[in-house]
Amino acid sequence: MADPMRIRAQASGDKATVRVLMSHEMESGQRRDAAGKLVPAWHITEVTAALNGKQVLAAEWGPAVSKNPFLQFAIKGAKAGDKVAVSWKDNKGDSRTDEVTVS
Amino acid sequence: MQNRRETLKQSAVVAGLLASAGFPQFAHAAFNKAAFDAKSVQDAVKAAGGGAIAESKDVTITGPDIAENGAVVPLGVSTSLAGAKQLLILVEKNPSVLVALFHVSDAVEANFSTRAKLGQSSDVYAVAIMADGKALFAKKEVKVTLGGCGG
Amino acid sequence: MLVWRVKSKGLTLLLFEQNKEVTMQRSRLLFWMAAAALSCASALAQKTASQGIDEYRAMLQDGNPAELFEAKGEGLWTQKRGPKNATLEKCDLGKGPGVVKGVFVELPRFFADTGRVQDLESRLLTCMETLQGFNAAEIAKTGFGKGEQNNVTALATWIASESKDMRFNLSQSHPQEKTFYEVGKRLFFQRGGPHDFACASCHGEDGKRIRLQDLPNLTKNPGDGVGFAAWPAYRVSNGQMWGMQQRLNDCYRQQRFPYPGFGSDATIALGVYLGVNSKGSASIAPAIKR
Repeated sequence: MADPMRIRAQASGDKATVRVLMSHEMESGQRRDAAGKLVPAWHITEVTAALNGKQVLAAEWGPAVSKNPFLQFAIKGAKAGDKVAVSWKDNKGDSRTDEVTVS
Repeated sequence: MQNRRETLKQSAVVAGLLASAGFPQFAHAAFNKAAFDAKSVQDAVKAAGGGAIAESKDVTITGPDIAENGAVVPLGVSTSLAGAKQLLILVEKNPSVLVALFHVSDAVEANFSTRAKLGQSSDVYAVAIMADGKALFAKKEVKVTLGGCGG
Repeated sequence: MLVWRVKSKGLTLLLFEQNKEVTMQRSRLLFWMAAAALSCASALAQKTASQGIDEYRAMLQDGNPAELFEAKGEGLWTQKRGPKNATLEKCDLGKGPGVVKGVFVELPRFFADTGRVQDLESRLLTCMETLQGFNAAEIAKTGFGKGEQNNVTALATWIASESKDMRFNLSQSHPQEKTFYEVGKRLFFQRGGPHDFACASCHGEDGKRIRLQDLPNLTKNPGDGVGFAAWPAYRVSNGQMWGMQQRLNDCYRQQRFPYPGFGSDATIALGVYLGVNSKGSASIAPAIKR
């Protein structure tokens, strides 16, 4: 199971801003190792987010997203106390879900 | 090149995998391989269902003018247009041109930020694809002092 | 081969870095990109390259991947591990067993139980050995980025974060602390290696830089969040979390010196010299760096 994400969700006015840090190599597939061989691509392909169990976001990522990726978005109408869950899935089939309460 | 039947079969398989992995059934979330394999901004947009790209003041790309290291370049994409279905971030000179593709729903603002790897100084594009396939873009140049794809 | 030019008053040092992972093609490309970036920088009407880079760094402050390592370190502190299956909660980092807040800005310091001046990372090894039963010497030899070293780095990152924005206040009351300051100073100015470099070659004067990287003068207080006050840091160029031990190790590599031992007296002495010079400045660790 992959390392946990750091998620911060802050309500302000009529929305909640969500900032996520994910722990992932995001290997581009362009890099060569010390022996000169291409290191195969290994990266998050899909990211989703849910507010109180209902999906609000779906995104697809390629290998050009940076290592230990950062994501910021805003959920309309979310308020303090709501639950925000973020999930990711990578091209090796690994996945991770973490949840926070909006502050 | 996949024919339609194979594409449908693959989507069904992916949707099945997502369901078994505990992912909610969200038709759009299947990974658009063709778009991510595209070698140009227009090709990636086309693979995502967009038409010819046209510049628009209603789409915004945010990012630094100069990035100290191409490995981590903060980029943001947003649009004030209602009805945008997808927001794309693309780096013209990257081997992987399409960086990220966001499906816009009514529940989120059409405003997303992430960090991308830039192999070299390049124009960076934000593209909004509307429901009718119209593709609108904004671009800016990001200079990179050290390329970010290597070690 | 990458050529770095260190400019200082009238004296130009050429630093050659041979990086095995960089092919000739890339280094040529890098050279021209650097040249292009520098010439573009001078052509930028409204903004200097330095300002551009400051803006870039500001954009990265929110969402520092170091937080991922902080979280890991925090978990390790209370996790029962090692042959003795114990936590680190009784570890004395200078302010009493289990006290973590404020210790980072007082390290390195003298510890009576070991009879030596220790920095954060060597002190963590002491605690991991005495409390948890790990072999400190083995961990020291492991090499950065591998095995238990990753845990030491995560712990150091979290402990540093617990002193964020606090001001450095290293003790110089114990005779050994004073000795280590003088030893660190001596090491700082000692020229050696095939290029006859010293730490001072890059960090001994105001106004030096390598390409677009400003080099702080570490012979005096370089100000809040600079130099000693900025490590541990997350390096975006390789996506790695570096503690002060690894930062010093890499400085030695860049000077083509032999590598110092992990947690060795030499590295601790340098830490004392840098830390005492930084007295009063605020720590921003864990920081984010290129």
